[in-house]
Amino acid sequence: MRHEHIETNSALMLLLIMVVISIGGLVEIVPLFYINETIEKVDGVRPYTPLESRGRDIYVREGCYLCHSQQIRPFRDEWLRYGHYSLAAESQYDHPFQWGSKRTGPDLARVGGKYSNQWQVQHLKNPQSVVPQSIMPRYPWLLENDLDYADADTRMRALRVTGVPYSLTQIEYDANLKKYGKEIADQLDINQAQNSLLKQAREKNFDGLPERITEMEALVAYLQVLGTMVDFTKYDEGYFAQFR
Amino acid sequence: MAQSAVLPADQYNFDIVRRFMIVAMVYGVLGMTVGVYIACELAWPFLNFDIPALTFGRLRPVHTSLVIFGFGGSALFATAYYIVQRTCQARLAFPWLAEFTFWGWTGGVALGVITYMAGFSQGREYAEFEWPLDIAITLVWVCYIVVYVETVRRRSQPHIYVANWFFMSFLLAVALLHIFNNLAVPTGLLKSYSLFAGVQDAMTQWWYGHNAVGFFLTAAFLGMMYYFVPKQAGRPVYSYRLSIIHFWALIFLYMWAGGHHLHWTSLPDWVSTLAATFSILLLMPSWGGMINGIMTLSGAWDKLRSDPIMLFLITSLSFYGMSTFEGPLMSLKSVNALSHYTDWTIGHVHSGALGWVALVSFGSFYHLMPRLYQTKLYSQTLIYVHFWLATIGIVLYITSMWVAGIGQGLMLRSFDDYGNLAYTFIETVEFMHTPYVWRALGGAFFVAGALVMAYNMVMTARTSRREQAALEAKLAAKLAKA
Repeated sequence: MRHEHIETNSALMLLLIMVVISIGGLVEIVPLFYINETIEKVDGVRPYTPLESRGRDIYVREGCYLCHSQQIRPFRDEWLRYGHYSLAAESQYDHPFQWGSKRTGPDLARVGGKYSNQWQVQHLKNPQSVVPQSIMPRYPWLLENDLDYADADTRMRALRVTGVPYSLTQIEYDANLKKYGKEIADQLDINQAQNSLLKQAREKNFDGLPERITEMEALVAYLQVLGTMVDFTKYDEGYFAQFR
Repeated sequence: MAQSAVLPADQYNFDIVRRFMIVAMVYGVLGMTVGVYIACELAWPFLNFDIPALTFGRLRPVHTSLVIFGFGGSALFATAYYIVQRTCQARLAFPWLAEFTFWGWTGGVALGVITYMAGFSQGREYAEFEWPLDIAITLVWVCYIVVYVETVRRRSQPHIYVANWFFMSFLLAVALLHIFNNLAVPTGLLKSYSLFAGVQDAMTQWWYGHNAVGFFLTAAFLGMMYYFVPKQAGRPVYSYRLSIIHFWALIFLYMWAGGHHLHWTSLPDWVSTLAATFSILLLMPSWGGMINGIMTLSGAWDKLRSDPIMLFLITSLSFYGMSTFEGPLMSLKSVNALSHYTDWTIGHVHSGALGWVALVSFGSFYHLMPRLYQTKLYSQTLIYVHFWLATIGIVLYITSMWVAGIGQGLMLRSFDDYGNLAYTFIETVEFMHTPYVWRALGGAFFVAGALVMAYNMVMTARTSRREQAALEAKLAAKLAKA
C-alpha cells in the first residue's frame, strides 16, 4: 500500500493510527492480569482495616505520594536504609497504588513500626521539631479535624467492587475468617465497619487523644501498618527471585 | 478565484483560536508561578504556612495540571484549530461544538485545580482529576475529535498535511489513555477508588503517564512544529519521506515505553526490559522529528540572526533533541537505578516542558499574533528579551536539577569503609537546599519571560483595536462625505 492512500483517506488513517497505538499497551498490560507469577505467593497480606483505609484516603488527599515513594528497590543501600525490597503482593489491595516517583523525603513502604505512634504524631504536627533540617510541611490540622467515618462502610463497598475482599455476606465473612482469623475478619466486615473502626481506634489510640478520633488517628494507623504484613523471616533468601 | 479576495480572518474561525491562545497564556503564567512557589516551598518550607490548600502536596498537582492541561492543552486547541483550517482550507466544522470545547476545557481545568486545593485527588500523577471531571473531560475530548476530524473531512484538497497526522494520533491516543487510566469506582461525589490495584495499576498509570508526554507533549507539539517552522521559515518541510517514517515509528514505539518509570520495582522484569528496549529505539523517530524541523531551515540559516521567532522555534527543537536523548539514557536500568526518585527526573521533564513544549508554543504564538490581530507585533525587541530570559531560566533549572539529582543519587548509594551507609537521608535533603534555590531562580526567569510575552500580546491587541477603530472612523467619514 502506498502512503498516498493513507494520507488521502482520513478514515483509513484514523483506523491505522488506532491499531498502531493499541499494540504496546495490549502486549505489556493485559498479560499482567493473567500471568500468575506477577504477584508473589506470600502469606500475611490483608486488606486495610476501616481505620487504616481512612488513613490511606488522607494520605492520598494530602498528596504524600508526591514526595514519598512506597516502593523499595533491590539494592544494598535501600536494603540497609529501608529493608527488604517491595513485593507486588504487598500492594495488591492498593487502590490506587502509591509507589510514587520521587523521594524528596524517604521511602515509606516499610515505615510501619519504625517509630512510635507518639513520634509519628509529633512529626506530622511539626516535622522540624524532631528532624530540624526537614523540609516537610506541618500538618497540624490532622489533630484538629475529627475523622469523618460515617461513610466508612460505603467506601468499603466501593473497594469491594474493585475486588478487595471486604465481606458483605456470611459466605464472604467465613472465607475471611478462615484466611485471617476472627479479629481481622471482623475488621474486614462491611456490616460492622464503623464499630470496627472505633474499636481499633480506642484500643490503639494512635493519636494519643483517648476521647477523640482525629484524622491523625487514621493516618498514623495507616503508616504503622505499612510494610509490616509479610514476615520475611519465614521465607528463604532467593524465594522471591523466582517471581521477578 | 473569487475566494482569494476573501481575507483569511473572514474565511476562517480565528476567534476561537485567539481565545484559546489568551487562555493558554493566562494558565501558563499562573501555572508557572505556582511552579516557582512550590519550588520555593522546597527551599524554604515555612512557605507552606500551615494552610492545607497551600501545602506542597496539594499545590504540586495544581502546578502540573495548569501547565500541562491549562497552558499546553489550550495551546494545542488553539494551534490545532488554526492549523486544521489553514492546511485543509476549510472553515472549522460545527462552530457551536468548538465553542463547547472552549468552555468545557477552560472550565474543567479551573474546577480541577480548585478541587485539588480542597483535597480531592485520585492520587495518580497527571491524572489527579476526580471522576466527575474525568467524565466531563472525556466529553469535551470527544467533541474536540468530532470538530477536528470533520474539518479534515471537509478539506479542499485530497492530501492531509503531515501536521494533521500528528494531531489525529494525539486526539485518539489521549482519549484511549485517559479513559483506561481513569477507570474507577466512585464513592461520593468527589472520591473514587481506581479499578486496578498495585502492580497492574502502576503499569496502567505509567502507560498513561509516559504517553501523556508522548502524545500530549510530543506528538501534538510536533504537529505544531510541522506547521509553524516551515511557515515561519518560508520553506517546505525538509523531508517528506522522513516525516512518514518517523511519524509511524514514533506513535508505535511510544506506547511501549511507559514501563521505564517502574524499573527495579515490583513490576515484572520482562515488562521493564521491554520498555527499556523500546525507549532506546524511540531515540530514532524522536530525532527524526528534530532533524526534519531543523533542516527545514537549511539554506535560510541567516534567519536565526534576523528573526527572533525562528530563534524560539529552532531552540525548542534543540531542547527537544536534547531531552529525547536524555530520556533513553535515563531509561537504561543502570542509569535509572541512580536517577529514579531524584530531581534528575524533574530536570529532565523541565528540559522537555520548558525547552521544547513552552518554547515551540511561544514561537507559534508569536507567529500567530499578527495574523490573528491583523496588525504588526508590538515589539520585536521584547521577543528577544523573552527569548533570553527563557533560555537562561531553562539552563539554570536543568543544571541545578542535575546537581541535586545526581548528587542525591550518589550520596544515597555511597558507603563508608566499614560498609555502612555513608549518609543519612536527611543529609541529602540538606545538600539539595542550594540547588533548590537556583532552581527557583531559574523558574522565576522563565516566568518573567512569559510575562514579557503577555505584555507584548496585550499591546499588540490594543494596537489592533486602535487601528480597527481608526479604519472604521475613516470609512464612516468617507461614507458621510458621499
